[in-house]
Amino acid sequence: MKFQAQYINNLISKGSRIDGRKIDEHRKLTIEKDVIEHAEGSAKVMLGETEVIAGVKMDVGEPFPDTPNEGVLIVNAELSPLASPEFELGPPREEAIELARIVDRGIRESNCIDREKLCIKKGEKVWMLFVDIQPLNHDGNLIDASGIATIVALLNTKMPEYDGEKVNYEKKKGKLPVKEKPVPVTLAQINDKLVVDPGIDEEDVMNSRITIVTKDDRNICAIQKGGKSGFLMERVEEAIDIAVKKGKEIRKML
Amino acid sequence: MDELRPVEMQVGILSNADGSAMVSLGKTKAIAAVYGPRELHPKHRQNNERAILQCNYVMAPFSTNERVRPGPSRRSVEISKVTREALEPALFLEDFPRTTIDVYIIVLQAHSGTRTAGINAASLALADAGVQMKDLVSAVAVGKINGNYVMDLAGKEEEVTQCDIPVAYMPRYKKLTLLQMDGDLPDKDVKNLIKLAVKGCETLYDKQRKALLGKWSKEGKV
Repeated sequence: MKFQAQYINNLISKGSRIDGRKIDEHRKLTIEKDVIEHAEGSAKVMLGETEVIAGVKMDVGEPFPDTPNEGVLIVNAELSPLASPEFELGPPREEAIELARIVDRGIRESNCIDREKLCIKKGEKVWMLFVDIQPLNHDGNLIDASGIATIVALLNTKMPEYDGEKVNYEKKKGKLPVKEKPVPVTLAQINDKLVVDPGIDEEDVMNSRITIVTKDDRNICAIQKGGKSGFLMERVEEAIDIAVKKGKEIRKML
Repeated sequence: MDELRPVEMQVGILSNADGSAMVSLGKTKAIAAVYGPRELHPKHRQNNERAILQCNYVMAPFSTNERVRPGPSRRSVEISKVTREALEPALFLEDFPRTTIDVYIIVLQAHSGTRTAGINAASLALADAGVQMKDLVSAVAVGKINGNYVMDLAGKEEEVTQCDIPVAYMPRYKKLTLLQMDGDLPDKDVKNLIKLAVKGCETLYDKQRKALLGKWSKEGKV
């Protein structure tokens, strides 16, 4: 492990990476939409060997008291041991909770979903939007793969019909109103250098990471620092600039 | 706009804990206790190369208008995690293999900025416990309201701000150890706001040092 860490550190100080990528280069991104017929929206994203499915289910329920005329958005992530030897069965741990909350904040704060259009009767009935993130293979950077899978699934979500009493999942009445495409870009800090889209080997040796979610208009809608060391202000500014640029490239592929 | 709320800090307030502190930022009040380094159980969780840091952030049920349901929530789990990651860079964990350092934070009253108040208190409590530290960690949240940059968001400001950026900072190393943001703001504003937060942290850092020196001089240690 220590040799691996040294090796990766040495490479990065010379500006190259263990899998031959450039410092600011993502792994190959493959996006497949509508992969689950029973979900209202779904997408499978592959980032190199990292593989994540996001599924959107909709139901009718009560709004939160502080937002009586808005639909409800709930994002959840399950880190099944199927996807990595690091994961264990049981209730979500902090890693899964943090993952879901970063994706949630990107979607929520970008206001990409017109939640007022999801209101059926103010204070009583609204559409509830459940996004479930299911990684199938963890080879690093679950955050970006999950965030991209989520926005693609939402962009392709078709709303079921509701007759006032029951949701008819067999009939669809149109697309979910999605206005923006928030995209997360995660950078790992290794030896005071930043690399985009860390693979699992790089995640194992990184000192810390930073995720920046950007929108079409260069605006930032979420940031999350993670890991056991800190960032200099210069590194944060550098990370923001890279995330704005890379986010734009990824958005074109959605 | 660029001013902190009235700050109050007290160090060494709980006799059972190895270290403790209370920090209030305006009406927000957080208390932190540190135990350790102490033996970690169960043993299989021990790390032979370093201590582990465990942080637990909770809001007291009576801390807000609407009662907070006791027990962990998804929010408190995430805040516990980012708090740990905000404090860890300041510690020499490799000096205490096989042990744990436990940090418990309770928010007694919440009026915005509870995670940053908790980090300020925890950092003081770690120093009070005599845990060797590279630096104190100071934290504050900033935002933008009606086109103005706002330091130390308070109460209702949190609802109207265009963004909320909590930051923790180690001034001697110039390192940001906590950085979160939610909102919707151009990249330029975000950068400026983080710089504003750093200034706030530097002010808080001086107050933290004074609080510690005050306690130590009373005890004749300085």
